Amino acid sequence: MDVQTWTYLLVGITFALYIGIAIWSRAGTTGEFYVAGGGVPALANGMATAADWMSAASFISMAGLISFMGYDGSVYLMGWTGGYVLLALLLAPYLRKFGKFTVPDFVGDRYYSKTARLVALICAIFISFTYVCGQMRGVGVVFSRFLSVDIELGVIIGMTIVFFYAVLGGMKGITYTQVAQYCVLIFAFMVPAIFISLMMTGNPIPQLGFGAEVTGEGVFLLDKLDGLSAELGFNSYTDGSKPMIDIFFITMALMVGTAGLPHVIIRFYTVKKMSAARTSAFWALLFIAILYTTAPAVAVFARTNLLTSIPGKSYEEAPEWIKSWEDAGLIAWMDKNKDGKIQYEAGDAFTGKPAFDEENRGANGERLLTNAAAEGANELYVDRDIIVLANPEIAQLPNWVVALVAAGGLAAALSTAAGLLLVISTSVAHDLVKKTFAPGINDKKELLIARCAAGVAVVVAGYFGINPPGFVAQVVAFAFGLAASSFFPVIILGIFSKRMNREGAISGMILGIVFTASYIIYFKFINPAANTKENWWFGISPEGIGTLGMILNFLVAFIVSAVTPKPPQDVVDMVERIRLPESEGEELAVSDH
Amino acid sequence: MSEETSSNNTDYWRANLKWVGILLTVWFIVSYGCGILFVEELNKIRIGGFKLGFWFAQQGSIYVFVILIAIYVRIMNGLDKKYGAKKG
Repeated sequence: MDVQTWTYLLVGITFALYIGIAIWSRAGTTGEFYVAGGGVPALANGMATAADWMSAASFISMAGLISFMGYDGSVYLMGWTGGYVLLALLLAPYLRKFGKFTVPDFVGDRYYSKTARLVALICAIFISFTYVCGQMRGVGVVFSRFLSVDIELGVIIGMTIVFFYAVLGGMKGITYTQVAQYCVLIFAFMVPAIFISLMMTGNPIPQLGFGAEVTGEGVFLLDKLDGLSAELGFNSYTDGSKPMIDIFFITMALMVGTAGLPHVIIRFYTVKKMSAARTSAFWALLFIAILYTTAPAVAVFARTNLLTSIPGKSYEEAPEWIKSWEDAGLIAWMDKNKDGKIQYEAGDAFTGKPAFDEENRGANGERLLTNAAAEGANELYVDRDIIVLANPEIAQLPNWVVALVAAGGLAAALSTAAGLLLVISTSVAHDLVKKTFAPGINDKKELLIARCAAGVAVVVAGYFGINPPGFVAQVVAFAFGLAASSFFPVIILGIFSKRMNREGAISGMILGIVFTASYIIYFKFINPAANTKENWWFGISPEGIGTLGMILNFLVAFIVSAVTPKPPQDVVDMVERIRLPESEGEELAVSDH
Repeated sequence: MSEETSSNNTDYWRANLKWVGILLTVWFIVSYGCGILFVEELNKIRIGGFKLGFWFAQQGSIYVFVILIAIYVRIMNGLDKKYGAKKG
């Protein structure tokens, strides 16, 4: 069977599975819709959290990014896993004990303020929207490459599926589909990795394979890659090129941002008790670690394959995958010296993203470009996103493995999209309508509003998936920076400081957000030309500035709270209550009251 | 709240904070220390094909994170048993 038939088959089966689960686990009350009734077993919640967290970015883009960044890519590996330690030790159990539905709920009650709730609410919606647009785009890319349908149609199919189980099933439906999606995505990620590891090093465990010797060559794989990189003028793979302070700040911003992301936090409201929140954080990180420790191995395998199989080959002899990805617009070749061979070395081939001259072909059959050629000998543009998707083809694995990766990418994108949509709908129906504007509405009405909000959010996200604003990639820095500089300090202080009051929290949150947002907006949108090491404060890039925003938030919160009145006694009591040990057999309820 | 339960609860919270402090110190040393600040020094040591600093940044730190949470889960379950109200 060819790749396309396999892809239709595997994607079809997984989609049928997701829909089946959605029908089986429909939500009947707001409690079930928001937090699956609060009765999800820790292991299942860990799996669901892992799928919720690992998005199209983790599955499709991360290994590719690392592949091109080498050591510098470690910021993603440590940043996106280390946050779970903070979650398990500092946040999840207490938020669970507090027993409400959302993060804005906690912020609003702990700081006895509608303003605080509203600020938190706006952050939650903004962060989630930023994220969900990227997921929809990921769905579109997978569809267009593997099923040869337009990106538009791909997004609409993806939207329909998510709409179906998010709107019907709410958190309950999402949780159990995410469990299934985790299984699909981890299988799809591991199978090609194991195959390639075996082929290149003879070791079936990728985590060990990339530190092993290349089969039959008697040289360590990483040494070979460092050598190849140096030969072609790239940075040495295992050494960094970013300044250490920037690596430090980016890693911290990603860790703290992860711990403050609303769609991750909300998953811990779905278990029965405090101890189960801790246990499910453990399971979640364990399941995430399987992919995250494999990704750097995949990056090394793919990079080595790329550097050995392409440079100096003539376009005619070039492997088939080069042409199919060129057709998809993610690879481009500009024959600058007109020798018909692909020169691949450090530096840009041409300026900007590839702009193809419609379907016109050059002398060798390659797609022509309208970009201006860049100086330097490099002729090849490779989009970082194809590394994972094309890896099985590059390594010449069987067709079903290629198809499996497509199904895995879809599972990763859909599971995260659904989790985010739920945060948006919960925020609107619960925090905005019920807690702010119309406290009198009954459960049934609230559920209806939540469903409508989820529906509207799907459509809006789909629209941005089809017409992506050029800034999707840039705003990801935003999502983490904002989560780091707003939510994280406010929640931590709310639990660990009884003295922290409304005035301190609100001023800290606002200053953190304004500082972080201005820095990012300045360097990413207003003056992108100035976005270089020399102009950054202390050498910290916009990706890492959330860390500084977080520190400022903490400082300001402490200073302001020291000179303003103490929080009222009932709030102090509440903080004391969430710090109590868990009684034997205690089960927590979720409620509005 | 009686005097006794209140001091019981304070002890629980103190023990919790102590462990959080210890575990987060390890968390910091492994990721920011071994993976970032001292990466060049550690890279002089090799284990198989891996430079040690590079290995900590891309593998080791993640394994340690998982272990840290596992330890915390065990400790807290123990503390809950010791300080929590007994059934019946």
